[in-house]
Amino acid sequence: MVLVFVETENGKVRKAALEAVYYGYLTAQKLGTSCQALLLGNAEDATSIGLYGATLVHQNDSISFNFFDNQIYSAAIAQAAKKLEASVVILSHSSNGKSLIGNIAYLLDAGSVSAAIDIPETDKGFSVRKGVYSSKALVNIEINTPVRVVSVLGNSLQIRVVGANTEVQSISLDVLQPGIKVLSVDKLQSNVTPLPEAERVVSGGRGLKGPENWGIVEELADVLHATTACSRPVSDADWRPHHEHVGQTGIAIRPNLYIAIGISGAIQHLAGVNNSKTIVVINKDPEAPFFKSANYGVVGDLFEVVPKLTAAIKNLNA
Amino acid sequence: MKLLVCISKTPDTTAKIAFNGDNTKLETAGITFIMNPYDEWYALVKAIEIQEKWGGSVSVLHVGPSENDSIIRKALAIGATDAYRIDTEAVSADQVAFQMASFIQQHAFDIIFTGKETIDYNGAEVGGRMAAQLNFPFISFASHLEMVAENQAIVKRDMEGGTETIQVNTPFVVSAAKGMAEQRIPNMKGIMTAKSKPLNVVTPQEYSPKINIVSHELPPAKKAVQYIDPENMAELARLLREEAKVI
Repeated sequence: MVLVFVETENGKVRKAALEAVYYGYLTAQKLGTSCQALLLGNAEDATSIGLYGATLVHQNDSISFNFFDNQIYSAAIAQAAKKLEASVVILSHSSNGKSLIGNIAYLLDAGSVSAAIDIPETDKGFSVRKGVYSSKALVNIEINTPVRVVSVLGNSLQIRVVGANTEVQSISLDVLQPGIKVLSVDKLQSNVTPLPEAERVVSGGRGLKGPENWGIVEELADVLHATTACSRPVSDADWRPHHEHVGQTGIAIRPNLYIAIGISGAIQHLAGVNNSKTIVVINKDPEAPFFKSANYGVVGDLFEVVPKLTAAIKNLNA
Repeated sequence: MKLLVCISKTPDTTAKIAFNGDNTKLETAGITFIMNPYDEWYALVKAIEIQEKWGGSVSVLHVGPSENDSIIRKALAIGATDAYRIDTEAVSADQVAFQMASFIQQHAFDIIFTGKETIDYNGAEVGGRMAAQLNFPFISFASHLEMVAENQAIVKRDMEGGTETIQVNTPFVVSAAKGMAEQRIPNMKGIMTAKSKPLNVVTPQEYSPKINIVSHELPPAKKAVQYIDPENMAELARLLREEAKVI
């Protein structure tokens, strides 16, 4: 059986979790087994997990899951995997999923691969493909243990409805005592899709000249239903919040559309974004290295080009 | 306070990547290897800052052969007190974590630092695996850490769209992200004293890795960029919808 750990946010199943469920479903199909889900805490839309291929949702709603404690979560997931005799455990490659994978794999005496981008190859053994060297190469890694743990990189597959609403069954687990105390959770704008999950991202660099000019970036993001991001110099200068920084030292993303405005495209920036499916680069400098990685390039003054693009997309949508 | 920083060796960010041996091994000719930036800039420097304020020692721990000693010496030059090298080739995150945690179990450390991930395999697995084996709390992607008592820290952890503030007692494992500390360049005195600091070689434990590399591939070459007239953004909007199908 393939067991998928489903992450929630604000009482709802996260988009990244549904991708993990669909990935688990496709993996289970290949292995000729079923895909089931594990929910820790509550989600009002829990039955909809079935739409993406889980035949059953196991839920434990202990209040200990209200805050993220790596030890409590990993112990509970490993325990559920043992109890349900899962041969594969799937996680989202989110900040919590990344924190959990090593811990869970150790507890299950399992080999693991994080940030998988494709369904496992199961014809001979069990191997998983992922990006390495900051996306400059791909690697196929074989896991040679009876139990395998895999985390799925966001936006790696297009999810489809393959099932129906499913039953939510309660599972009893021995929940650990907390080893940490979460003092506060500071989140900005909960209605914005988080960067690692965003399908469209509009990103600004030093070319914007100052935080007061971000209106044109936000207006473009708005018409595209995109999430905004920025380059390192911009977050270092505090023009934009730290969590918007994409690149090697910031967040690595893989959206369908990445629009880079006034970003020259240093290798450290590319390391975090060159997995994007379509890249648009808007820069007044025709020599900007980013153009080499772009699908579409516009050489021009961003203060004129960006509002025109916003208007053109509005027109298209009208 | 006894602090430990786990360090890894990675190709330089700008290295051109190629493979040999049936695509199983990185072609190392012409590649400069460096200390993994997250380990160096954030984990190591934060540990040194804590030691400067609270006293004690900063040890560095590395899994790898003697040819990696130059990276360990750099950590000593930046300010670590002493170093331990577990004398075996690092082949997988599970193997590295097992070797490191087995070493840590024989010594008492208050805080174990790692970088948030390595820039080669980008796995972020070693910290969690060590924490599980040690049965210590694990705080990942810490962008801020402040000791509020000899045995207690307040840590800020990055997550999607925000941060979490956590109180944790020692011992614990923490992975360091940008914001934890400012990079330090070793000075001449540091480089000179590093030569005489202890670098202890540790015999590895028996272990068989749980994964193996089947092959590497280079991504398909990207098509040449298509330039759009800056006066004709309607054309770009059309291409994004009809050709790229992303809007």
